[in-house]
Amino acid sequence: MISHFLNLEWKQFFRSASFGKSIGVKILLGFFALYFILMFGILGFGGYYILKEQFPTQDPLILVNSYLLFAITGDLIFRYLMQNLPIMNIKPLLVLPIKKNKIVHFILAKSSVSFFNIMSLFFYIPFSFVLINEGYATAGVLGWLFLMILLIQSANFLNFLINKNNIALWVLALILLGGFLVQRYDVFNLAGFIGQGFYFVYQNPIYSLLGVVLLAVLYFLNYKQLKNQVYLDEAIATKVKEANASDLSWTEKLGDVAPFIKNDLRLMWRNKRTKSSIWMVAVGLLYGLFFYPNPVYASMDFMYVLVGIFSTGTFLINFGQFIPAWDSSYYNMLMSQNFKYERYLKSKFTIMSISVVALFVLGIPYVFFGWKVLLVHFAAMIYNVGINTHVILYGGTFNRKKINLDEKAAFNFQGTGAVQWIIGLPLMILPMGMFALINWLVSFEIATLTLAVLGFIGIALHKKLMAAITKKYIANKYVMIHAFKQEN
Amino acid sequence: MIQTTQLSKKYGNAEVLHIDSLEIPTGQSFGLVGNNGAGKTTYFNILLDLIRPTTGTITNNNIVVNTSEDWKSFTGSFIDESFLIGYLTAEEYFEFIGDLRGMNKADIAKFIGQFDEFFNGEIVGKKKYLRDLSKGNQKKAGIVAAMMGNPQVVILDEPFANLDPTTQIRLKTIIKTLTENRDITVLISSHDLTHVTEVCERIVVLDKGNVVKDIVTSSETLKELESYFAV
Repeated sequence: MISHFLNLEWKQFFRSASFGKSIGVKILLGFFALYFILMFGILGFGGYYILKEQFPTQDPLILVNSYLLFAITGDLIFRYLMQNLPIMNIKPLLVLPIKKNKIVHFILAKSSVSFFNIMSLFFYIPFSFVLINEGYATAGVLGWLFLMILLIQSANFLNFLINKNNIALWVLALILLGGFLVQRYDVFNLAGFIGQGFYFVYQNPIYSLLGVVLLAVLYFLNYKQLKNQVYLDEAIATKVKEANASDLSWTEKLGDVAPFIKNDLRLMWRNKRTKSSIWMVAVGLLYGLFFYPNPVYASMDFMYVLVGIFSTGTFLINFGQFIPAWDSSYYNMLMSQNFKYERYLKSKFTIMSISVVALFVLGIPYVFFGWKVLLVHFAAMIYNVGINTHVILYGGTFNRKKINLDEKAAFNFQGTGAVQWIIGLPLMILPMGMFALINWLVSFEIATLTLAVLGFIGIALHKKLMAAITKKYIANKYVMIHAFKQEN
Repeated sequence: MIQTTQLSKKYGNAEVLHIDSLEIPTGQSFGLVGNNGAGKTTYFNILLDLIRPTTGTITNNNIVVNTSEDWKSFTGSFIDESFLIGYLTAEEYFEFIGDLRGMNKADIAKFIGQFDEFFNGEIVGKKKYLRDLSKGNQKKAGIVAAMMGNPQVVILDEPFANLDPTTQIRLKTIIKTLTENRDITVLISSHDLTHVTEVCERIVVLDKGNVVKDIVTSSETLKELESYFAV
């Protein structure tokens, strides 16, 4: 029976329509994974010696133990955000003569070999290896490692129990923050206290069996919960949400592009994929805070351009790069409706330009880091409106991938093709390089002015540029219709 | 109203559609029948300029559909669910389509009001997104949207499929009233011979892309079609 399931999984993976197409994305994800594995491995092998060198008076194992609380809570938060229960496509299996128990056990067992569970082993196993090598009690270290593996698995199953429960996320965040504050202000040596617990297991490895109990309980709870949910109206059911209609009549002031803008706003609020992109906008706006407080970057004027372009253009980039793929699921209908393509593109231009200006206004507090910063951001805003909007609209004509709006955005590369990677070049690197060059050759003022003037030229040529872009879209119409019909 | 000349569509060497000549006069209710793969949807897709013909042209009210877009202002269509915007409610969708077809809010409300019976209280005012409606209800919304803005040509692909019996009967009445004044041309494709003979005054049978029958509907038509398909 299990071999049947595995066989199905195998076919699902290799026969999925997107398998061959998105191989580039897969390779990229593979590199990410490899990077994490490598970093964890290096930490695992080198961690002992690094700690020894930094804190010569302390036992590295005790140090590691004392931070396990944070590691585990952090891991849970990470899982909460990223990991989904691998409900394989079980609908067709429900009516076949397979016991429900088996299906449930298989789903759960499958989840325990997920990448999330394997990743941290690349730290724990080499670390334990080094410990034994350095003369720690073998039985103790193995017991400790065993407990770690059990805890990782427990985290895996705990995540499924608390997932979709926002309170749990807050509790976890609170533990993390509270623990940090308690530690920081020496209220109570929480980390040390927890660490003692783990050290106790090292001294008495038999107690690692407590982890087995924990894991068994969590597994059983999952099993019970899931077994009650393998019905069409439970876990497998698609949730129906009540529509929330907000009044968007203010958009009518924008003229003939209003219907499209209304649609785009609804598109963003009502779909999983776009909703999570909205968070990316917030992150993009705060991007400068990574750089400006750091004196190393603060003296590099051209970094202002990067931050300026990115923080005022974060929506432009996130939204713009998938024009017109956002509308891919109903592109057929749009193409047989009574409007000129130019009007459709104009609506996208309008919404992006508004976002750029709005984000600039929201970013005005950056003036705290100096008037130069704000000045460059202002020039970057004009550059974004004048040049980058057009560049990204032009890039859209190369989009050939459908977007399924109901899927999460984080690590979702659906709809991503070579275009999305290449387009970043003219958007960010070009203005930055140009600015750096002029700043170096002439002066800061002229460099900033050049950026702004380029933007104004773009705005002046808006009509002409749009006409050319529209032509290109119309020329690609049939190819796009065909491509957007393909499920990935 | 709609002229088809020397039309063909090939994918590689396989010819999926080949119509030498087909003329649909203004105000006709025209039915297209055929088995799966006969080329019905392909024909409609070419008529809506969603795919390009390999040879030949279709003109809609003297406009060659793949050279000018002017036909869009008087042509309403519903091919499949990909014509719906899943994240809108039915009202918002009607508003969007109405906007594009030059109707104001009052026009739209008045127009939608006529279809209360057809909607059977399951579409409007339900606070549900189109993607969460059942297949049949989605179809109802799409069909009504295709008739918005006084189109002169209405194209419906398989309008009867997925509808419940009551709605099928109501839809037939709607289509009949649409062509009553003989100024709206209606094109319908269907697998259901009974329905199509009831609402269409002319029926064309496609087989593997070719026109094999062109019948003016009479009391004998249903029998004739049934014996044709009973092989």
